[in-house]
Amino acid sequence: MKLRLPKITVWRAIFAAILLSGLYATYLRVFYGLGGSTNLSDKFPWGIWIGFDVMCGVGLAAGGFTLVAIVHIFNIEKYKPVLRPAVLTAFLGYTLVVVGLIYDLGRPDRLWHPLVMWNPHSVMFEVAWCVTLYSTVLFLEFLPVVFEKFGWHEPLEWIHRISVPLMILGVLLSTLHQSSLGTLFLIVPEKLYPLWYTPLLPLLFYISAIGVGLAMTIFESWHSSRAFGRALELPLLAGIARVLAVVMSVYLWIRFLDLLHRNALGLLARNRTETWLFGLEMALMIVPTILLYQSKIRMRPGALYACSVMVVFGFIANRLNVGITGLEAGSGTHYIPKWSEIAVTLSIVAVGFATFRGIAQYFPIFEAQAHEAARSEMEDSEEALVVVE
Amino acid sequence: MSRAILYDSTLCIGCRACEGACAARWGLPYDDKIAAEEKISAHKLTTIETHGDRYCRRLCMNCVEPACASVCPVGALEKTALGPVVYDASKCMGCRYCMQACPFQVPSYEWQSRLPRMRKCDMCFERQSHGKLTACAEACPVGATLNGEREALIAEAKQRLAAKPDQYYQKIYGLTEVGGTSVFYLSAVPFAQIGLRTGVPQEPLPETTWRVLELLPDVVSTGTVLLGGIWWITNRRTEVARKEGKRA
Repeated sequence: MKLRLPKITVWRAIFAAILLSGLYATYLRVFYGLGGSTNLSDKFPWGIWIGFDVMCGVGLAAGGFTLVAIVHIFNIEKYKPVLRPAVLTAFLGYTLVVVGLIYDLGRPDRLWHPLVMWNPHSVMFEVAWCVTLYSTVLFLEFLPVVFEKFGWHEPLEWIHRISVPLMILGVLLSTLHQSSLGTLFLIVPEKLYPLWYTPLLPLLFYISAIGVGLAMTIFESWHSSRAFGRALELPLLAGIARVLAVVMSVYLWIRFLDLLHRNALGLLARNRTETWLFGLEMALMIVPTILLYQSKIRMRPGALYACSVMVVFGFIANRLNVGITGLEAGSGTHYIPKWSEIAVTLSIVAVGFATFRGIAQYFPIFEAQAHEAARSEMEDSEEALVVVE
Repeated sequence: MSRAILYDSTLCIGCRACEGACAARWGLPYDDKIAAEEKISAHKLTTIETHGDRYCRRLCMNCVEPACASVCPVGALEKTALGPVVYDASKCMGCRYCMQACPFQVPSYEWQSRLPRMRKCDMCFERQSHGKLTACAEACPVGATLNGEREALIAEAKQRLAAKPDQYYQKIYGLTEVGGTSVFYLSAVPFAQIGLRTGVPQEPLPETTWRVLELLPDVVSTGTVLLGGIWWITNRRTEVARKEGKRA
């Protein structure tokens, strides 16, 4: 075997630069504490490590439970080809959320404390338990991929036997903690700007998590089809896009009703930073929702991808508004993340992308489609089938 | 009986004796520079704020139903029967939810430390449980900070308001704020003018999250039946379809 040096490309250079800055930020975090590595303060105790890494990380991983529910509980088997990438994203997503928490917690060595020191009145306690249990469920849901790779049939059968209760448990745990991330902020009625503070936060967080989970599934399929040079399963993604449009419509309608009934629509007339941020968030959600109702858009890979990206960014804008910007005025302070906070966050995202790619290369993540593709090409070449099988 | 503190800002002369006594009780450094920092922090758990020619003391309100204790995932914070809200640093994992949840922005964090703790006034739990007064009340030379039984202090405050109606703004801060606290304020002017947060809700904050959390068993049980039921129906449908497909 010949040792080959990796080619230097623009993306690899950026990747390396991000990881280097992340490494230095990690040094600051370890040796100079949160004070030396963040712009957090007594008045503003949560920054982007919570607002983005945790709140967005958990949400962006919601495709896992959404597709498990669609494929295995609603038994809509045609979506099976996108299930494994979604479960893998979820598993990686939760792992990275824990990495983010290790940076953010003042005493990461006590990460396990909520498991033995209980306070059932705390939303954070519930989230901690759900995330721990659900990460375990995701691990078990992903195990068959590993067993298949190495041809271990016995454990494979064993895990298939428990798969239905396991999947129901996974969907339940996700329902609980996706909504609970919204419940977290019910305790700050006087701090969170009224465009976002509503008793419906848990419900809104839950529905938007389902929406962004679907959007992320489209996003991943598009990227992996480019990275691995496989055909895009367009009719399938168009079907998901249809569901996405409906989910987002329901979400947006509930948000409108919520603002209406709380008499909060008048706030939109105020020329404040919050109004503009709210407008941005809404635009990023409303535009793709309207576009996705048109079959022309759904069947064009580029447009479909652009819509899913908009939903993802709209979701991120929402979580950042609830977790960070919407709290600034009420906390009487401003917060701009320090470079090291951004470096750590970017590193976590970069590692996430790289690990996904690595696992997808070595494990049968997209194999289901590979089979399909091979079968359709049977007439063209007998070899294709032989190679895949 | 639960203990409390009554701070009468009209009596306070801004001598900062309470600050010094508090620092001594916690073993924290105290000098002119720290005295000049008019804000609560991890090394200064109480402070006297200057608002023009008036003073206002800041310290943990030791709420009757504290948001901090309700949100703490590891139960490191606890409202004692004696009144103080106490903190067990050996449990704390540093999530800082208490700081986010506190409507009075009291908890402070040791940001510069590698093994940080949250810090806040605990109304001298140790001293009070041994029958002593809080360090601040003991040190106050003019009786602006009183320490005693909660009900007795409320009665005292009401009596002062009634006795000198022209000298007091006719309200007791802490009586209804977030459902009641264990620290009360009297002032000559509306409380916002001496820097107190007046926009806080009048109901206990733990209610806001508990209303949702208490639904958890319902969501889990209903969800199990619903999801299991849907699976049972759809799976049967697929099986039937498969068998019919075979027969055909």
